[in-house]
Amino acid sequence: MAVGALQLGRCSGPLIALIILGAIGAIVAAVISRSGGLALGPGDMAAIRFTFHQAVWSAALSVLLAIPVARALARRRFRGRGIIITLLGAPFILPVIVAVLGLLAVFGRGGWVSTILVGLGGEPISIYGFHGVVLAHVFFNLPLATRLILQAWQAVPAERYRLAAQLAIDGWAFFRIIEWPLLQRAVPGAFALIFVLCLTSFAVALTLGGGPRATTVELAIYQAFRFDFDLGRAAFLSLLQLGLAGTAAAVAVWLVPRVELGRGLDRSHDRWDGRGAGAQDAVVITLAFLFLVLPIGAVAYDGMGGLLVLPGSVFWAAVTSLWVAGLSVGLMLTAALPLAGWMAMRRRAGAEVVGIFGIAISPLMLGTGAFLLINPYADPGRLALVVTACVNALMTLPFALRLMVPALRDLVDDYGRLSLNLGLRGWPLWRIVILPRLRAQMGFAAGLGGALSLGDLGVVTLFADQDRATLPLQMYRLMGAYQMEAASGAAVLLLLLALSVFWLCDWWGRHA
Amino acid sequence: MLRLEQLRIGLGGFDLTADFAVQAGARVAVIGPSGAGKSSLLNAIAGFIPLVGGRVLLDGSDITTLPPDARSITMLFQDGNLFPHLTLAQNVGLGLRPTLRLDDQERSDVTGALARVGLDGLADRKPATVSGGQASRAALARVLVQNRPLLLLDEPFAALGPALRAEMLALVAELLDETRATLMMVTHAPEDARRIADQIVFVDAGIAHPPAATEALFADPPPQLKVYLG
Repeated sequence: MAVGALQLGRCSGPLIALIILGAIGAIVAAVISRSGGLALGPGDMAAIRFTFHQAVWSAALSVLLAIPVARALARRRFRGRGIIITLLGAPFILPVIVAVLGLLAVFGRGGWVSTILVGLGGEPISIYGFHGVVLAHVFFNLPLATRLILQAWQAVPAERYRLAAQLAIDGWAFFRIIEWPLLQRAVPGAFALIFVLCLTSFAVALTLGGGPRATTVELAIYQAFRFDFDLGRAAFLSLLQLGLAGTAAAVAVWLVPRVELGRGLDRSHDRWDGRGAGAQDAVVITLAFLFLVLPIGAVAYDGMGGLLVLPGSVFWAAVTSLWVAGLSVGLMLTAALPLAGWMAMRRRAGAEVVGIFGIAISPLMLGTGAFLLINPYADPGRLALVVTACVNALMTLPFALRLMVPALRDLVDDYGRLSLNLGLRGWPLWRIVILPRLRAQMGFAAGLGGALSLGDLGVVTLFADQDRATLPLQMYRLMGAYQMEAASGAAVLLLLLALSVFWLCDWWGRHA
Repeated sequence: MLRLEQLRIGLGGFDLTADFAVQAGARVAVIGPSGAGKSSLLNAIAGFIPLVGGRVLLDGSDITTLPPDARSITMLFQDGNLFPHLTLAQNVGLGLRPTLRLDDQERSDVTGALARVGLDGLADRKPATVSGGQASRAALARVLVQNRPLLLLDEPFAALGPALRAEMLALVAELLDETRATLMMVTHAPEDARRIADQIVFVDAGIAHPPAATEALFADPPPQLKVYLG
């Protein structure tokens, strides 16, 4: 498919690059004119140390805990296995602030675990600070690590298990010969990906971190921006964050395996190893299941009552979130389709590289750049929601590309010559061939983008004034005002909206 | 008439050369060992792969630099000849207009072509809901409406059983009688070549040899062909 139609990406790609480079350029200009120059203060050093510290711990714990879970899921067949595997994908679209509220309900000072501990005569636990940030990151990334490692386990040919069974290879020998090589391949990549994700995570640090001992670089950008209105420092920290995350991403790009965002993990091979370890696997799977489900269950349980006392501002915020998400998805698809078409004709690793570097780009950095660009000409607060939609579109673009580019490559391989032979080009090629064949990926990408945008608590925190709020921001404000019942109600509403948007878009895509 | 003038195609490790003409209306089978470059020869003629050197002339016009859709050539591939999300009628209609905005006459032509290949009443079916043979027939219906002077077949019936393949080749022969098109067909099966082709192009060791009469060639094959036929 040569194909002018797929060359539209030539415009879309540079336009996106121009937006990102424009934001970086504004940041660099602000740093140059900053009085302190590039000198790192003690607070900056502490933020860098904490950022690395929490990212290493979060990634290490997520991966270490994921190994037994993936192993148990790989070698057991049971009713509900498919549901658990589907659930492993749920944190991906779960709004961070909803999960944080759930984790507080279970592990917080007044939560279920503390209640039990106090009942047993112990002390309640607190999850604010380092422990909370790591706990939340493990909550989000344990499922991702499990999926990545499970993917590696599933990739082992069934014949190898049969051969091992025939040769009576079990126990330690089975681990050494069959499992250790696959872990060597999968674990570094999973660690690297989660490390980069935790390095750039903001909402978790905003809600559970803070203070001199638990401030990440992202959070420091926010504080410099909102509390001190020191744009020069915010710009400097943004540049620092770009350097840190960019370097980490450059390393990760060589290690990270292809992440399957869709389906395919529900297969299971016949396995002969692990006989006698059924109880152990059951315990591991149950604990992982409870770790994932209890916080969400807690939000639902606490929030049902809260739904009845929701202030009107929450509903307005929900409407705002919906149109911001709609705009974000529209922009994302408008950019992704031509860009995916262009990338499908290019180097094989293109989408994967864009994916990793996309994760490394911080929404707060983009927001800071956008603010610096807009501020001389207009009130950034008035454009808060549009900027949020644009940044969300940019942040979800890598996921869309990772879904669409392989599908488009297959399309080019399978039907490219036929299309050329029939003279299909331009809009008819998009209308008749590409869009109908890509509908499943578009639906899934729109669902992901919509849910992620609905749950986003990033750049909107920089820009929004008291009159404008998305639902996650409104929920955060309710939590800050200790209106926990209303916050729980808003969390249920947000959860329902995010899941519904994802399900509706995905359903539309699958029913082509 | 198709003329390949000093044609050179890069095949990774080696070049394939061809320098011969195929008379208008001829039916030529292209045979040779796997990896010899049979499909590449057809792809080069159709404009899907660039030439290292030489020219392709069709009815006296130099088409070497033309894009695939500007060449008066129809090609059927080993698979993927029908878009799975379009109906059989839409797949055939693409042969008339790539925009699929057909007028009444064109819609009637599509219906007629489907009827001609024995697919009456299946116009609104999607490829996944018909048999492999019926899908092949739909692809041939599109060939019919395209009505171009050169038809290239790159083993489009390879996945069909022997009886169905013979049936398809018979249908191709009938369509060629009607359209008077020239045929070049890649095949691995000597019996298929005998069934439809009056000439053979043998591709081996980097050379596509000029067409030779089928019966004469099989009756007294050169040494390399003898090795290939076993």
